[in-house]
Amino acid sequence: MRSARLTNAQLNDAARTYSGPYRHYDIVKEVIVCTGIVTLLAVVLTIVFSSPDLPPSTIKGWSRSMPADFVTTALSELDGSSATAGYGPPYNHNGSGQHIAFIHLQEWLGVSHPVNTAQDFVIQPLRSVPDQPRLQAAVSSYLSASAGTQAGWTAAYTKALAKATASGTALSVPPGSYGPVGTMMTALLADAQTGGLDGDLLTSRQFYQTDFTKALLFMADGSALADRAQAQHLLGTQWGMMNETGSYPGQVWLWLYTFWYQISPFTTSTNADALVAAIMGVLSLGLIIVPFLPGIRDIPRWIPIYRLIWRDWYAGTGGAPPGEPDVSAPPAPAATG
Amino acid sequence: MSSWTVKIREFGMRTLPPEQLLPDSQPAYMTSAVYLFGALTIGALVVLLLSGTILALKGPSWWHVQSLGHFFNSVHLWAVELFFFFMVCHLWGKYWMAAWRGGRARVWMSGVVCFLVAIPCAFTGYLSQQNFDSQWIATQGKDGLNSLGVGAFFNPLNFGQMYSYHVFLLPLAVVTLVGGHILLVRRHGIVPPIPLSEGDPARPA
Repeated sequence: MRSARLTNAQLNDAARTYSGPYRHYDIVKEVIVCTGIVTLLAVVLTIVFSSPDLPPSTIKGWSRSMPADFVTTALSELDGSSATAGYGPPYNHNGSGQHIAFIHLQEWLGVSHPVNTAQDFVIQPLRSVPDQPRLQAAVSSYLSASAGTQAGWTAAYTKALAKATASGTALSVPPGSYGPVGTMMTALLADAQTGGLDGDLLTSRQFYQTDFTKALLFMADGSALADRAQAQHLLGTQWGMMNETGSYPGQVWLWLYTFWYQISPFTTSTNADALVAAIMGVLSLGLIIVPFLPGIRDIPRWIPIYRLIWRDWYAGTGGAPPGEPDVSAPPAPAATG
Repeated sequence: MSSWTVKIREFGMRTLPPEQLLPDSQPAYMTSAVYLFGALTIGALVVLLLSGTILALKGPSWWHVQSLGHFFNSVHLWAVELFFFFMVCHLWGKYWMAAWRGGRARVWMSGVVCFLVAIPCAFTGYLSQQNFDSQWIATQGKDGLNSLGVGAFFNPLNFGQMYSYHVFLLPLAVVTLVGGHILLVRRHGIVPPIPLSEGDPARPA
């Protein structure tokens, strides 16, 4: 019998039943011994390598170590130019999000976690600062101004920020015609540097907190997280999806997912995330249905690694179909195995 | 008088009798070390469940402040790495055996689904660490999820939601799927070798 000439259906039929010899086997012992081996391996790896635990970034730490970046980010939240401000669903309606051809799932699923960056990240935190009548007057002045006036103020402050100098945690911004924005940004920086903004941006006003959506979105708009990530080789361009902080192995099983982000057109496409997800979805489905994919299911026959796996069997039986062993077999037990 | 209990018992006995569920013999061709990767994957899953249970019992912040907690977190992390390593080896081994032959397609498919469901289980674990890694993965991972609309109901920036998924929902899914996969393996048995061609150099004269 020449297996290379067998059709897939014939190979399937040949594998349905087995009437050859059996050998003693203890399935419970195998699983318990294997669990012991893995336990030992995990404990040895733990003792030798431990595990990474870089402390989380905080808005307080970010604003104290990078005051200019913090204020620049806060200003972009106020004037609506930040990544989050123009993100679209599920945070706001300021963008349509990503899509694949005519499929706009991000837009269709809508805004489920509403974020108004100017209100949530700047105005409301400033409104919660007590005993600051001058600050509250500045906020009121900003809110009562026309959109054009507000844009003029934030543009002027952006220009002044480019010439700002930082000394330690302090930021010195040259004077300009930016109206109340300077007072607002100075107060927001002070609030952030005391840790107040970390609490202000927790999504829920409940005592117990578990949702860090707003705080993380705000920090992600600045450089605080990205700079640390780059130093840890976690950026997308560094195959970061499969990396871990330090020199530890990360989610290595995501190598194919992050591979697509390294090549064109995904490196420049504004719909890269949706496209890569779609490709991986199709490939995953393909992996599931390998038994039904002509060509893919035949590769194991064309590249006969199976000869190594079953070499003992082939040596003892001559490689005949298992249902028709060439060797005289002992009586088979009732179990089909 | 029909009894649901009797029907279920008879179905179980008919579909997977005890000697097939827990066999004390296997076909003589099962000699390669490749066969161990399945059991090693199960072993890693057991270590994951035990170390994860200890971490869950003490709460998500414990491992940051106590060395014993850090020890169990490390065991959990390395068990994750070993789990995926052995599972991928198992998957490749079964691919090169063409282990779906002989009506075993469901065995293969359920195994792949186990692998695919284990990925979000690990992902939510990384999000539950409460450290910089979690922050970065959450802020980057959100874009992929949001691009598919998944972010509308699965928010990686919400620690509470991710923790719930990680300590209950996804492990339950993985354990259920792995259990189903094992039952299918026992039901259909391990796939017989591919017949060798006449004149094949691997075939004895």
